[in-house]
Amino acid sequence: MEASSIHLQSKIPEGPLEEKWSTFKKNARLVSPTNRSKYKVIVVGTGLAGSSAAASLAEMGFEVSTFCFQDSPRRAHSVAAQGGVNAAKNYQNDGDSVYRMFYDTIKGGDFRSREANVYRLAECSGHLIDQAVAQGVPFAREYSGYLNNRSFGGVQVSRTFYARGQTGQQLLLGAYQALMRQVHLGKVSSHTRHEMLDLVVANGKAQGIIVRNLDTGEITRHAAHAVVLATGGFGKIFYLSTLAMGCNGSAIWRAHKKGALTACPSWTQIHPTCLPQSGTHQSKLTLMSESLRNDGRIWVPAKLGENRSAKDIPEEDRDYYLERRYPSYGNLAPRDISSRAAKERIDAGYGVGAMKNAVYLDFKDAILNQGKAGVKKKYGNLFDMYQKITGVNAYEQPMLISPAAHFSMGGLWVDYELSTTIPGLFAIGEANFADHGANRLGANSLLQACVDGYYILPYTLPHYLAGLGKDEKKLSTDQEAFDLAEQDIRSEVKRLTSVNGSRTVDDFHRSLGKILYDFCGLSRTESGLAEAIQKINDLKDAFHQDVRIPGSSDQMNDELEKACRVADYLEIARQMCEDALTRHESCGAHFREEYQTPEGEAERNDSEFAFISCWKYGKEGSQLIREPLQFDYVKPTERSYK
Amino acid sequence: MNFLLKIWRQPSPKAKGKLVDYPISEISPDMSFLEMLDTLNESLIVNDQEPVAYDHDCREGICGQCGVVINGRAHGPLANTSTCTLHMRSFNDGDTIYIEPFRAEAFPVKKDLKVDRSALDKIIISGGYISVRTGQAPEANSIPISNEAVEGAFDAAACIGCGACVASCKNASAALFTAAKISHLAQLPQGQVEHKKRTRQLVQTMDELGFGACSNTGACEVECPQHISIAHIALMNREYWKS
Repeated sequence: MEASSIHLQSKIPEGPLEEKWSTFKKNARLVSPTNRSKYKVIVVGTGLAGSSAAASLAEMGFEVSTFCFQDSPRRAHSVAAQGGVNAAKNYQNDGDSVYRMFYDTIKGGDFRSREANVYRLAECSGHLIDQAVAQGVPFAREYSGYLNNRSFGGVQVSRTFYARGQTGQQLLLGAYQALMRQVHLGKVSSHTRHEMLDLVVANGKAQGIIVRNLDTGEITRHAAHAVVLATGGFGKIFYLSTLAMGCNGSAIWRAHKKGALTACPSWTQIHPTCLPQSGTHQSKLTLMSESLRNDGRIWVPAKLGENRSAKDIPEEDRDYYLERRYPSYGNLAPRDISSRAAKERIDAGYGVGAMKNAVYLDFKDAILNQGKAGVKKKYGNLFDMYQKITGVNAYEQPMLISPAAHFSMGGLWVDYELSTTIPGLFAIGEANFADHGANRLGANSLLQACVDGYYILPYTLPHYLAGLGKDEKKLSTDQEAFDLAEQDIRSEVKRLTSVNGSRTVDDFHRSLGKILYDFCGLSRTESGLAEAIQKINDLKDAFHQDVRIPGSSDQMNDELEKACRVADYLEIARQMCEDALTRHESCGAHFREEYQTPEGEAERNDSEFAFISCWKYGKEGSQLIREPLQFDYVKPTERSYK
Repeated sequence: MNFLLKIWRQPSPKAKGKLVDYPISEISPDMSFLEMLDTLNESLIVNDQEPVAYDHDCREGICGQCGVVINGRAHGPLANTSTCTLHMRSFNDGDTIYIEPFRAEAFPVKKDLKVDRSALDKIIISGGYISVRTGQAPEANSIPISNEAVEGAFDAAACIGCGACVASCKNASAALFTAAKISHLAQLPQGQVEHKKRTRQLVQTMDELGFGACSNTGACEVECPQHISIAHIALMNREYWKS
């Protein structure tokens, strides 16, 4: 269904690309320092985006409350990012620049993001490295003492800064420590083990949230002048994914149901280098950093029915399919392309491993050239992790890897100011759809989360607060909108715990994940998506009639926590399929089998689909609203990595 | 594989807990320890019993949310391995496995195997940071830092805050956790200015929170999933007396 009557304002400043962000900053309203403590801001989620935003806003003088479901802000899933963070510092003097980084990112996203947003991301990237170093992030250094870089997929320069294979952890600890400093100063009140269950909108503006204390079951109201959602991605919807078990889409979905538009929810990055599934008991697919592709070579046996072990297969019987198909980028082809190429080989019967669902990532040549010590220095912790999980020593035989759901390019629609369509509700980091288009480049997610939190929101959110009218400054949880939202939540959790059916929450979640992998994963078709929508509707009905949640809602109840998330996943999944169904083209991570070149590459359709698919919630199905994409500085070209 | 699990059940913080027997069968050696507990919980739920509460999140050894005591050892039988990256292949078919929460006065039990580790955040809140303003900082390459210094700082900074060091210490000391943060920041030039004050504050806060004293048994470094060495505790003690 189309709803063309709504016209979306992306609020991109006028003027040349290079000056847009300066123009915004020049014209932005400020809140006077003496008044800042009168404004309350709620930040939901304490990963890189949430912690950095909360710390920055508190430092400016605003009263900030943070909420996270983990037992410490430091555990948010940014912590698991391994490979690195990109910045256009050009320390390597290898031809990098802000413009090149902008171009790589917009091309990597298959020309499905806004030029102005992407340029700003590249523009702010350098400052982030300065900031992180000042916080004590131990980035890798050369023997001279200067910062080191490595390459990542989809680019031909070295602009990735890294801290061994734990870059996300180190950046998050920097942001977490900045946040804890504000807690110490009394400017942030941190609520751990609290999950947001609803957004409260009153008089057309976001005014607060309803949360459940996961340790006690207590449901409480919190009011604020602005609410920031930094709740990350929802790739866990696929059940098997690289995400943490608690990652979820509930906060953004509840906001969506209160009026915030989503954008391109079906654009999910399937990461090419994860550990393959080994059985039905499996709860997650562990990511192995993409940085391994700098030195590891990916291959499958060239012959069908090959039964020799990897070490015994001679060079002439190996198919280094990425090097064969994409000679100029080879093993560093972008993620969507690498994942699809792996799927193509696995589907054709060349997969390896016990379930024939994997490909080899081989370090034989790297060890020959650099020595075992050289490889160990770069990737030691990743090899250790691989051995812990699989029991296999990857210095001696190749790793087995396989694609897995990873990053949500889609999320809440935001304008240039990171505001959703509900005034006062902002979405930052992976929770929004903004910078990555249809495919995110490696090492750009840490960057985007940090840039949103440290550099953009601290300008745009005060700009919003400064524009609030006098009456809008009064805050109260004692109003009808809060009453209604709280009642809804109380009756919903009560209803879920009283179904008393026969299937566990995880059982439903696994079924949902399978539907999405089969029909809305690496490749999609019209008939498959239509079938998926039917199956999801049936599964949703079954869930609400037959789910079994022991215990009550007024105590710690892990099953209830999961059930609330899965109830939302069932609705998000349907919209993902609607999104994929209406985009009659292939772009980035979205590959529709009907739209491909004779060589099997994605076939984009710029004349009809150069727009962002924005969705308005409707009980009987979502309504599509288009935000056209305009390219004034780059010319969308065929995205070739050959 | 088949096991007899003996799991600590405690419905709430104030309630009395006890070990309860749960026989479990048809466990694949490739299952992670937490997947084995997932399997147990699924069968408890469909058989009308209360599932076991345990902490976990990333399941790849980096978030620090998981952690139980398995057969008397924090995070189980393997050295330097978090509970989530432990697999059932590390046990023998037919084993009896005791599963208990991390025990420490500063880590009260919330339910079953979940404990409250907010005391670790409180140590960081008291000064475990460099007080640089967000948003602005000097050019990153303006201060070269030697490779050794950065690698040494990283060794300490790698701490995941799981609390296994506390759980494995007979005095329930948080010395390894606290020393790791002090040592991480002390080894970098950016952390030097506040170094003395930071060391005093962190050590004092650790003491106030009810953690015990370190008696150098080294039990913590054996269990630490990030291989953090007790040499950092020596550095902390030296710096504390100097401050």
